[in-house]
Amino acid sequence: MSLSPDQVRQVAHLARLELKNEQVEHYATQLSNILGMVDRLTAVNTDGVPVMAHPLDMVQRLRPDVVTEADQREAFQEHAPAVQDGLFLVPKVIE
Amino acid sequence: MHHLSIRELSDGLRSKKFSSKELTQHFLKRIDRLDPQLNSLVTVTAARALRQADAADARLAKGEAGALLGIPVIQKDIFCTLGVRTSCASQMLDRFIAPYDATIVQKLDAAGMVMLGKANMDEFAMGSSNETSWYGPVKNPWDVTRVPGGSSGGSVAAVAAALAPVATATDTGGSIRQPASLTNLTGIKPTYGRVSRFGMIAFASSLDQAGVVARSAEDAAVVLREMSGFDPRDSTSVEKPVDDYVAGLSQSIKGLKIGVPKEYFAEGLAPGARALVEAAIQKFKDLGAVIKEISLPNSPLSVPTYYVVAPAEASSNLARLDGVRYGHRAEGVKSLEDLYKKSRGEGFGAEVQRRIMVGTYVLSHGYYDAYYLKAQKVRRLICDDFKAAFKDVDVILGPTATDVAFKLGTNADDPVAMYLNDIYTIAANLAGIPAMSLPCGFVDGLPVGLQLMGNYFEEGRLLNVAHQYQLATDFHKQSPKEFA
Repeated sequence: MSLSPDQVRQVAHLARLELKNEQVEHYATQLSNILGMVDRLTAVNTDGVPVMAHPLDMVQRLRPDVVTEADQREAFQEHAPAVQDGLFLVPKVIE
Repeated sequence: MHHLSIRELSDGLRSKKFSSKELTQHFLKRIDRLDPQLNSLVTVTAARALRQADAADARLAKGEAGALLGIPVIQKDIFCTLGVRTSCASQMLDRFIAPYDATIVQKLDAAGMVMLGKANMDEFAMGSSNETSWYGPVKNPWDVTRVPGGSSGGSVAAVAAALAPVATATDTGGSIRQPASLTNLTGIKPTYGRVSRFGMIAFASSLDQAGVVARSAEDAAVVLREMSGFDPRDSTSVEKPVDDYVAGLSQSIKGLKIGVPKEYFAEGLAPGARALVEAAIQKFKDLGAVIKEISLPNSPLSVPTYYVVAPAEASSNLARLDGVRYGHRAEGVKSLEDLYKKSRGEGFGAEVQRRIMVGTYVLSHGYYDAYYLKAQKVRRLICDDFKAAFKDVDVILGPTATDVAFKLGTNADDPVAMYLNDIYTIAANLAGIPAMSLPCGFVDGLPVGLQLMGNYFEEGRLLNVAHQYQLATDFHKQSPKEFA
C-alpha cells in the first residue's frame, strides 16, 4: 500500500495535524514504506482467530458509583493556555 | 560511592557511613559535571532532592529501615511529578507542570527514595535511539558517538554513567530492554498490569508497562517490588499479590528449563552478539539449566503487528493534546480547527506525527478491517506461541537487540530500519508477558544484552534466573571508563 501526497493531506486532516507543503512529500514516502512493511500481515491466515484487543483476559473492573476524587479544577486549569471563570477558552465556534 | 549496589548503599546509610544528603549531593555533583556530555536528564530537581534526602535522614535517625529509604533515583520524564515539569520530551509538554503524581512516583517517594531529576527519552516514548527527543539526543556513556537506545535512553545513560543508582523506565515495544542491552544494564518490563500506569503518559495503552533499569538483577528486584501492585486508579491494574522478588533471588536454577527460540537466531543477528548469547546459553548449562530449542513461528510478524496496533492506540491517546486544556497552543489561530491543527503541527515532532498518521490511517473507514482487526488477530497468534512454549519451558532466552549500539544519526531518515531494532522485544509486549535484558559481554568494548522472557506474573523467576547468572559472571559489574 502506498500513500499519495493527497492521501497524506487527508490523513493529516483527520488527525488534525497541520503539515507544511514540503513535509507532505517526505511523509508520503515514509508512510508508504511503513505500510509496505505492515502489508506482510495480509498473507497470514487468520480464519477463525479471535481478535486480541488486550493482553490479559480480564473484564473491566467496576466500582461503587460514589465520588472518590476531590475537585481539583483550579489546579488542573493553572497551566491551561487560556482560562476564564473556570472555563477553557477557545476561538469562537458558533457565529 | 556511586558504584555501590542499592543494598550496599542502604547498609551505608543505616550504619551512618554517609547520610542520604551526602549521597544525594554526591550524585548531584556527578550530574552537574558529567551530564553535559550525555544529555540524559531534561530536568534536575536538586532542591526537591535535598528536601527528600533530609526527610529520609530524619526517618533513618528514627531507626526506620526500608530497603529504599534515602536511595537516589531518576524518574523517566513520562511519569507525572506534582509541581515538576513533565514533558515526555515533547515540545507539546515543554511547559507542562504536572498537577499530580504518578502512582509509582508516590510509591517510591513514600519508600523514601530521593528523586534527582527527570530523564530524557524519545518523544512520547516513540523511538529506539533517543534521537526523537525535543531536548536533543542522549549519548551512550560507552561511546558518546553512539545512541543509548530508546525510548528510555536518558534512564539508561544516567544509570550506566553512575549518575544515579537506578532509574524508572517504560516499555511499549522494547523501550526498557533494548536500551539496557546497549548500555550494559539490567532492565525489566514486568507483566502487563503488574505496575500501575496511573500518571504515566499513555502511548499505546494495551502495550505500555513501567519497569526499572539498574546495574544488577538484585537492584532491579528491590525497586520493582516497591513499584508493583494493584492500583484502583488504573483500570487494567491486576488485583494479585506481589511476590517478594528479593527473597526469590537466591533459589537454585538447577533443572530450570530454558527455551531458545530458533527464530531469534535467524538472519539479522550480528555474529558478535550471537556468539555472546550462545556463550551465555553454555553458562546456563554449566549452572545446571536444561536448554531446549523451541519455535515461536509467528514471532517474525511481531514488528508489522506492532506497527498497526501501537500507532492506532497512539493516535487515539494523543488526540487529547489539542492545545485547549494543557500543553502547547499555537498563536494567531482563526478557528477551533485551526487551533487543533496548528498546535499539533507545531507541538509534535516528526516521529510522533508519523505514528499518529499511521494510526489514523489504519483506523479509518475502509482500512480498519484490513489493518487493525487483522493485526489484532495476528497478535493472538503471537501470544498463543508463547502460551504453547511455556507448557514445555520455564523461561525463554534470546538476544535483546540485533547488535551493539549504533552511531547517532544511523537511521535518521529511515523509520522502517529503526523499527527493526525492536524485532526481538516487541512480542513480549504484544503478549503482555514479563521480559528483561541483562549484560552478557562486549563486542569491541560495546555491551551486548541477553533477553529473558517469562510466563505471566513470573517476573520473580526472571529476576532469580538473572541473579544466578550474575553471581557466576561479572559483565554487569563493568562500567564505562570515561564515567568512572
